[in-house]
Amino acid sequence: MKLVDESVLADITLGSTILGAGGGGDPYVGMLLAREAIRKHGPVQLVDLEEVPDDAMVVFIAGMGAPGVLVEKLPRDQDAVLALRELESFLGIRFTHVAPAEAGGLNAVTPFATASTGLPVVDADGMGRAFPSLEMVTPTLYGGMCTPMAFVDEHGNVVIMKSPTNAWAERIGRAACVASGCHVVMALYPMTGRDAKAWLVRGVLTLAESLGRTIRETRLAHGSPVDAVIEAQRGVRLFEGKIVEVARRTERGWTIGEASIEGSGAFAGETFDLHFQNEHLAAMRNGEIVATTPDLIMVMATESGEPIPAEEIRYGYRVTVIGMPCDDRWRTEAGLAISGPRCFGYDFDYQPVEELAAHAGQPVGAR
Amino acid sequence: MKLGIDVGGTNTDAVLLDGRTVLSSAKAPTTADVIGGILASVRDTTAGHDLSQIEAVLIGTTHFINAITQARELAPVAAVRLSTPPQLLVPMVDWPPALRESIGNHVFIVHGGSQFDGSPLNRLDEPALIEVAHRIGELGIEHIALSAVFSPVNPDAELRAAELLAAELPGISITSSADIGRIGLLERESATILNACLRPMAGRVVDGFERVLGELGINAPIFLSQNDGTMMNLDYARKFPIFTIASGPTNSMRGAAFLSGVQDGLVIDVGGTTSDVGMLRHGFPRESTVALSLGGVRSNFRMPDVLSLGIGGGSIVHDDGRRVGPDSVGFRLSTEAMVFGGATMTLTDLAVAAGIADIGDSAAVAGIPRSVIEAGLADVRGRIVEAVDRAKLSAADTPVVVVGGGSVLLGELPGIKEVIRPDRAEVANAVGAAFAQVGGEVDRIFSVVNSSRADVLAAAHEQAVARAIQAGADPATVRIVETEDVPLTHLPDGTALRVRVKAIGDLSAKPAQPTLQGAHR
Repeated sequence: MKLVDESVLADITLGSTILGAGGGGDPYVGMLLAREAIRKHGPVQLVDLEEVPDDAMVVFIAGMGAPGVLVEKLPRDQDAVLALRELESFLGIRFTHVAPAEAGGLNAVTPFATASTGLPVVDADGMGRAFPSLEMVTPTLYGGMCTPMAFVDEHGNVVIMKSPTNAWAERIGRAACVASGCHVVMALYPMTGRDAKAWLVRGVLTLAESLGRTIRETRLAHGSPVDAVIEAQRGVRLFEGKIVEVARRTERGWTIGEASIEGSGAFAGETFDLHFQNEHLAAMRNGEIVATTPDLIMVMATESGEPIPAEEIRYGYRVTVIGMPCDDRWRTEAGLAISGPRCFGYDFDYQPVEELAAHAGQPVGAR
Repeated sequence: MKLGIDVGGTNTDAVLLDGRTVLSSAKAPTTADVIGGILASVRDTTAGHDLSQIEAVLIGTTHFINAITQARELAPVAAVRLSTPPQLLVPMVDWPPALRESIGNHVFIVHGGSQFDGSPLNRLDEPALIEVAHRIGELGIEHIALSAVFSPVNPDAELRAAELLAAELPGISITSSADIGRIGLLERESATILNACLRPMAGRVVDGFERVLGELGINAPIFLSQNDGTMMNLDYARKFPIFTIASGPTNSMRGAAFLSGVQDGLVIDVGGTTSDVGMLRHGFPRESTVALSLGGVRSNFRMPDVLSLGIGGGSIVHDDGRRVGPDSVGFRLSTEAMVFGGATMTLTDLAVAAGIADIGDSAAVAGIPRSVIEAGLADVRGRIVEAVDRAKLSAADTPVVVVGGGSVLLGELPGIKEVIRPDRAEVANAVGAAFAQVGGEVDRIFSVVNSSRADVLAAAHEQAVARAIQAGADPATVRIVETEDVPLTHLPDGTALRVRVKAIGDLSAKPAQPTLQGAHR
């Protein structure tokens, strides 16, 4: 167990943007939400997954909505607490721990918004990254249920939902979220401590903090933050170059698009294509697939190491694309069935990023 | 003829241009009232020219950004946000505490605002707003910054609230966030508050510009440079000084491009306290990819991506030359530097002692040991070369243009093949100001329920071009320089698209109605 105060939040949010793999929303707003809740109510305990007792009651606290809306309808701590309390009164239990649903982006720190309850935050999530849908979490792989869930908006609407499948929870929840104005906060996936230990991805907030600290310290030492992240994450340098084209469109309710990159440095003369649906999902170098979901594909500004979310990619940016292995559970048949390339409509199968790199003769880890 | 003026923290520069020819230039120390520096430099540069031939005066100034970074001369402000109370992330939540306190930290949250599609978020709580007005009156605050959720999509809530506040508080000054623009409530609101607290000072400074140029016998219209390299008239500057505060780097880079003819390359602007390293692409500064800070306040303005180093003509030499800067004698250079009879060893003294520059009394620095000179200049050049390496886009040799008052101090730069020091490099900022353009911008969320993406983009382009022409651009030169559309994620198919378009053009030779910016607001 350790205490999280505001001093480490900037590192956590910088690192969680890397784990967001291009999605996950504006981490700056998330940092402020957590920081202000902590300033009002004091530091929050962060407990390792192994410290959670079997009979503990754990729940994810997460926001749902459009990133472009969240920067106007700013999140409020009392809404997160209300979602938690409403689910408790429906279930007739008290939760003992809260946890992030995703380690990537804003939702990595959303559970800290419940600082006033004094509940500890579990250092584990249901993804080890960011994904766009409610059902795309590791508990789904074990038969864990998203509902009963509670979600609330800033107008005082409270929705308690029970769904037969997690995919239904996503579908109905999304529609209600849109009706409310595209931002709600949820308490979902109620689970025991025993389940949490079996289901969740351990140590993700500590990992985000360490990634963020690495980037910050490398910058101060005038080193290459990109190299440092590749080394820390056993990542693969997939490409380096300049964004020469970005196309975005809306399909099935998500931001879908491609970015083309023209190679520079060791990649001069080569081309690279990045495909995203909120998160980056597939990457091709000279037409050959070099990384796909559920592995993490992240775009970073080559110089500053600033992670660039898919919504912010613009013509002319100088970027390095890195690939990072996902949690092993996503690489199973059941994992790929809800997170593999075919789930997003691609007509190809998953291959681990490090195997593709070895095939292409690219080094893994340090250059 | 055009007269370009740059009012910097250290020097005030003036240039007189005929078309693309620089006729004359002059430099004078900036004075605390701004006026003295303008008077001296303009008098110098216009000597012997027919003042009636001056068609426009274009001024760039860092005066306002300096006021923010030093938290001085800022007016108390009441920040009123229309959203859903109570809010956790209140106005100024992430400001440096000293700056927040300097304007009183008065925050009011009232029900109101819009959803992303422009429908009401909450009914405007008029009784609560009137109570807020009374409180503001009791506090004696004269400037209000008004913000509302999604006001760039639908400004009605802000407009109605402004009406009510003005009725309760006759003569009150109100800055509305919809006039500041851009989605992102905290950043837009912060810029709105900064604008409100700068207004009284902006009024004084702009009055000063008008008065001093009148006294000099120059009757041409006067414009101020904006952050994006375009310009605004003085009435607009009085209301929206915030749009001028990042114009310094833009002007120096545009001026460097003009003077050197380099369209793609690096620019180093060496001033009195800092050197800014930036990148030119097609003659325009490369813009930053991350949110930039204005005196510690996060901003979403488009600004040049410059790396600032603590190296300038006034940088103080420490440890026998092993360290130069980042502290500087600043505008006291002309009294404190050794070449001017002072007792402080500065970078200027090293350059004069090394024979690179001829400034002041070289005899006064004859006693500086060779080793100190060499160590100091090596430190400075090493840091500049490193910054150039970091800013460079490719391994290929990129031309490097050196400008600014301190540009003569650098001498050779080891390892850089092509260093260009254009004629009049020392007044590049004023030249950049003189070549300001006019622009029009659209940034809002469009509903695409009953239209297509192509229709929406065409409408946005047309609107941006119309705004540029309204602002005084020559229609023949107006072009779209930036266009971007992002569907709002997680929404059902095709409901909303966020579109940003920027159009700019040269100032038309005869600005029929130089109403400039704001005409559309």
